[in-house]
Amino acid sequence: MCTVCGCGTQAVIDNGKTPAAHGHGHAHHHDHGDGHDHHHADHDHGHPHDHDHHHHEDHGHHHAEDGAVHYGKGIAGVHVPGLSQERIIQIETDILSKNDRHAEKNRAYFARNGIFALNFVSSPGSGKTSLLVRTIEALKDRVAIGVIEGDQQTSNDAARIRETGAPAIQINTGKGCHLDAHMVGHAVEDLAPGAGSVLFIENVGNLVCPAAFDLGEAHKVAVLSVTEGEDKPLKYPDMFAAADLMILNKSDLLPHLDFNVGLCIANALRVNPRLQTLIVSARTGEGMEAFYAWLEASAARQAAKAA
Amino acid sequence: MHEMSLMESVVEIACETARANDARAIRSIRLDVGVLSHVDPDSLSFCYEAIRRGTLAEDAVLEINRIPGEGWCLDCGKTVALTERFGACPDCGNHRVQMTAGDELKIRDMEVI
Repeated sequence: MCTVCGCGTQAVIDNGKTPAAHGHGHAHHHDHGDGHDHHHADHDHGHPHDHDHHHHEDHGHHHAEDGAVHYGKGIAGVHVPGLSQERIIQIETDILSKNDRHAEKNRAYFARNGIFALNFVSSPGSGKTSLLVRTIEALKDRVAIGVIEGDQQTSNDAARIRETGAPAIQINTGKGCHLDAHMVGHAVEDLAPGAGSVLFIENVGNLVCPAAFDLGEAHKVAVLSVTEGEDKPLKYPDMFAAADLMILNKSDLLPHLDFNVGLCIANALRVNPRLQTLIVSARTGEGMEAFYAWLEASAARQAAKAA
Repeated sequence: MHEMSLMESVVEIACETARANDARAIRSIRLDVGVLSHVDPDSLSFCYEAIRRGTLAEDAVLEINRIPGEGWCLDCGKTVALTERFGACPDCGNHRVQMTAGDELKIRDMEVI
């Protein structure tokens, strides 16, 4: 029985015990005990009740006895070593390890080719694409910039980027709410950014899911617009904790709003004391020079580290 | 719904491990999910129902073990309980708490036949 939602089919256990509280030997014992519960549940379907109880009692004592009971209960009493015996396999693998492996491949590729990759994350409508367009316009004579655009549907954003002359690849995630490192790896193959170039990855507009998925980027850049609330960093802390830079966009609208810039930055720093912050308007260009300076300094720092 | 892609990873990793161990089927899969992590266990269970069909994990029970949140308070110099990510120290009320547990998101083990 699930203690969280009360449903009968899935077990969600909130036992309040941390694995760290037990030594290795104990951990094994517990694993086994829990594993047994499933076995027990399974047998409820096909076996008489007395078997279950018998089994349960046996189990409470010893691992070895448990094995013996299993052998006897095999189909037609036949036991083939390694097949009919239930086993516990320790996995201890991070669920995101698959994504992280792809991210490491991307990161190694970027390092080999001196590509400086940034992952732009924000809620929809914060002005990520406008910010990128303005940045490309300003820097295109100095730096080669490629863009990977992530959206659920349409190629509108990639088309806007291409109007600046910069190459852009659109990824449509369909039902997905974020880009993952595998998608980005394929997009990078198609885009083939040149050595020493800058790669902007514009993630799907979503302040929740993209925080968990490393794409192999050098930095996550969170874009927040002043038409949103000052408390966004507190409402969606994962994203601001994962970012290295927060850009507060649409500053040209500040005179018309009650937005408290100081409070917003204080909230962001509460979640992530290392976070750097910039205040810009991608529309008027106000403050954008500071972002270009950050971008070129960070790219140079990465290149120096790789050398 | 990033729980969907997380569960796809779980089932994929579990099935790969099961095949590597010559298992016929998976009986149960156990996850450690910290209470401060960014996933919702109900949502994981829901997605699991959709993903397990037609895999070695088709009949496997999913068990989600919640790990309570803990942090090291720099001001108190001790480990304290955390109920929210980036929350304040329950003793001194300051925010200088480094999370040490509760962020887990991993497959602990599984039972195969």
